[in-house]
Amino acid sequence: MVESAALSEAVSRAEGLAVSLRGVTKVYDSGVTALGPFDLDVNKGEFVSLLGPSGCGKSTALRLIAGLSAPTSGSVGISKPAGRARPGHSIGFVFQEPTLMPWTSVRENVRLPLKLAHAPAAEANACIDAALTQVGLTEFADAYPRELSGGMKMRVSLARALVTDPDILLMDEPFAALDEITRFRLNNDLLALWRNLRKTIIFVTHSVFESVYLSQRVIVMTPRPGRLGAQFRIDTLEPRGEDFRTSAEYAGYCRKVSGALAPEKPGS
Amino acid sequence: MRVVRMLLPVVVLAAGIASWELVVRVNDIPPYVLPGPSAVFQTLVSDWPVLSQSLLVTLLTTLEGFAAAAFGGIALALVFNQSKWLEYSLFPYAVILQVTPVIAIAPLLLIYLSQQSAVIVCAWIVGFFPVLSNTTLGLNSVDRNLAGLFRLYGASRIQTLAYLKLPSALPFILGGLRIAGGLSLIGAVVAEIAAGSAGAGSGLAYRIAESGYRLNIARMFAALLLLSAAGIVIYVLLALTSHLVLRRWHESALGKDN
Repeated sequence: MVESAALSEAVSRAEGLAVSLRGVTKVYDSGVTALGPFDLDVNKGEFVSLLGPSGCGKSTALRLIAGLSAPTSGSVGISKPAGRARPGHSIGFVFQEPTLMPWTSVRENVRLPLKLAHAPAAEANACIDAALTQVGLTEFADAYPRELSGGMKMRVSLARALVTDPDILLMDEPFAALDEITRFRLNNDLLALWRNLRKTIIFVTHSVFESVYLSQRVIVMTPRPGRLGAQFRIDTLEPRGEDFRTSAEYAGYCRKVSGALAPEKPGS
Repeated sequence: MRVVRMLLPVVVLAAGIASWELVVRVNDIPPYVLPGPSAVFQTLVSDWPVLSQSLLVTLLTTLEGFAAAAFGGIALALVFNQSKWLEYSLFPYAVILQVTPVIAIAPLLLIYLSQQSAVIVCAWIVGFFPVLSNTTLGLNSVDRNLAGLFRLYGASRIQTLAYLKLPSALPFILGGLRIAGGLSLIGAVVAEIAAGSAGAGSGLAYRIAESGYRLNIARMFAALLLLSAAGIVIYVLLALTSHLVLRRWHESALGKDN
């Protein structure tokens, strides 16, 4: 109950913030402290990456923001969605695995969030078509997940997260299991989506290159328990494209972020 | 290679029947000791009116027992899945019911129940456990992230059950039903045999018992043949159903190339 009181306070205090974590810790039943204390403010429409080694609690932070688990202490504040009844739908979540239902088609997988919200069929179909168009999978609406490549499955997962038109998109190492070529393509597509839809995106990754390429702000987390290690603002000419990926500027950012990540030089 | 694999069992069957016939003829064994396959076949044709009637009775009993096992097993698994306390309280008794030989329970059931219901209860007792345990396993094998997704979108218990748990459990349920099909037949036969001495039955197992008393060995074999055929048909039907339901998405029903 401490959380909900703190939550409304956090929201009223910060109008321009999409997500606000204050002194959040997470201790698992096994006694392991996975996170914190951790503070994080994410502005509306911002693209932020959480970068850190395996087990630093970055996925835990994401699950706390999504409400999939409760913090041991501290407060998690999420901005109130504008004019929407169901607060759960202001957040879209993309897991590391595509996490699709294998027993049904792409279209039905994307429909899931709307079906669970009892959305009218006509309205739902329009939303599904729009989401599938956004990820370029219109032709595969009736295919089953088994019949798709890894990259395409991830696109379905992304479409499912977008179908409720959420304000905040949480992504938990979504492209980690994909090959590099597919990952670059999806990186570019994600950037295009973000430019067009202007959603708040919190992107968890363990790839320095991915985090610098995608985000406006890279947050480097310390090894367990995860705390804020260092922050980098990636200020470059938008829109970013392959030119940025091969530029000296990009290499420079990557070097700086890598330096902050290395254990011998904590917090540059 | 595939043709050979299909042909081999057929060849073995033909050789077995031929040598059986040969042994009977060469040694001139009387039919009340061991009838040859030709005599069995003759009986099958000549006694078809009686045997087909009995086959129908046994199949009907099996079907009723199977339906009860399927319904009871799945329903119980769903109840257990919703309430851990009920599971802890009742699961041991499901196990006890399973491990106690049904042939030993059947005479007792025949005392307290009408023969018709006793037979169905026997078929249910042996059939429901594989359905229960497989369905329970399936309901507990839900993808953790998918379950998280359902929670994120505020799914109700009923929605989670209908859209997530039941479809996830479907391959397991179908596997359980496949086992239960054959077991229901066994349960029905066991109960009929147990009831046989009471003389009121008319199923295939009762025919076997009755023919035994009359030294009509050929008819015993003919009835046995029909029982095996019934078991095979039940298995094939259930395997086919399972394949048709799962073929588009589950590993077990996909070809190696996919």
